[in-house]
Amino acid sequence: MGSERLTKRIIACLDVDGGRVVKGIQFEQLRDAGDPAELARLHAEAGADEIVLLDITATSGGRKTLIDTVGRTAKQLFIPFTVGGGIRTLDDAAQVFDAGADKVSINSAAIARPELIGEIANRFGSQAVIVAVDGKRGDNPPEAAEVYVAGGRTPTGREVLQWVREAEERGAGEILLTSMDRDGTGVGFDCELTAAVAAEISIPVIASGGAGNADHFVEVFSAGKADAALAASIFHFGTHAIADLKQALLGAGIPMRWPC
Amino acid sequence: MIAIVDYGAGNISSVKKALEHVGATAEVTCDPQVIAEAEKLVVPGVGHFNRCQPLNRQLRLPLLDAFVSGKPFLGICVGMQWLFEGSTEAPEISGAGLFQGECERFPAGVKSPHVGWNQIEIRNGSRLLRGIESGVFVYYTHSYRAPVVEETVASSQYGGEFSAAVERDNIFGVQFHPEKSGATGLKVLENFCGL
Repeated sequence: MGSERLTKRIIACLDVDGGRVVKGIQFEQLRDAGDPAELARLHAEAGADEIVLLDITATSGGRKTLIDTVGRTAKQLFIPFTVGGGIRTLDDAAQVFDAGADKVSINSAAIARPELIGEIANRFGSQAVIVAVDGKRGDNPPEAAEVYVAGGRTPTGREVLQWVREAEERGAGEILLTSMDRDGTGVGFDCELTAAVAAEISIPVIASGGAGNADHFVEVFSAGKADAALAASIFHFGTHAIADLKQALLGAGIPMRWPC
Repeated sequence: MIAIVDYGAGNISSVKKALEHVGATAEVTCDPQVIAEAEKLVVPGVGHFNRCQPLNRQLRLPLLDAFVSGKPFLGICVGMQWLFEGSTEAPEISGAGLFQGECERFPAGVKSPHVGWNQIEIRNGSRLLRGIESGVFVYYTHSYRAPVVEETVASSQYGGEFSAAVERDNIFGVQFHPEKSGATGLKVLENFCGL
């Protein structure tokens, strides 16, 4: 029903530690391989539809550095910009929005206190709240997938499908679903779990974890029913990576924003 | 100076940032006096239509004055929807009624909200969209949409056709987010600043 012109989104994720992007990134025209602001801008110019900055700073006192990084990054970025990592309170979220983020991604803090979802949604709108869900199911069916927190180390005893429904009801605007089984493997997204989540809720689903090649993206947008796909490492091999991926997806009949 | 009208509708710092990027001087304000003295007005907005009530109350006079004085006015997202007669999202809140019709929720059968990049079809000579071609992509995030009316200058397709941009004299509205639509969005804001 006329929805075919809404494109699927390709989201580039930058993992940031102490104000610096970690993991190897190979952009030819890069002056500073670790600067989040410059990398975000280059990814946007290369065709990324959105940027996610994930703060993985483990040390205390990193908050101020993050806010400074968000501000510098947002200043040159005119596509949607999400910040995640360490957002535990409405005040944490407000600081990140003030610095220029359009959306926040919350994970463990939402599990610990689900009211946080509604608190941020009421103040900044549902479109500004992404609930990130790390799911693990091993060889079990999607219905048995369990939510993990603390970077995938701690099981919560909650079912993924139940939790995403609750997150939507509490005001989440999008779900960022990461398959812990696939994350870092490069063998492809968990399309079965992604499709089960997409069928459970009406808000958009961003798939993450397992991307290794363009076919994996085709699969997650078709069989996986994802609205967007997020990846980090696949885009770090130069400016052509996103263009090549989008061309491949267009060739497979997946609607893409191209040229950008 | 462009006044960005702050009526409590979410995070609007990105609108200011984008306007400044295209060379404008912009100020976020809820002061009727500042709004009255500004050269141009932007009413941004993300969120619920019921947040529009201040536009009908304490900000009503300077906004009405802008409409009749010919001051360029740009409504973004809910700020554009408010230019219509109202929205089924909050039937008790009236819109400005400058464009006919009511905003309605996307029909069942398409996922709502409509989030992401979609193409616009440009209908006729628009000052706001000058230099922009049909088929370009813009960023949307909304659950309610405005009907296509005589003053619609661009439309998009999602569960049917809806107004992407409306324009009449000095009054402009865009449903998409120009501040988040890359180079295309910046061009829209540049056009507005140049009016």
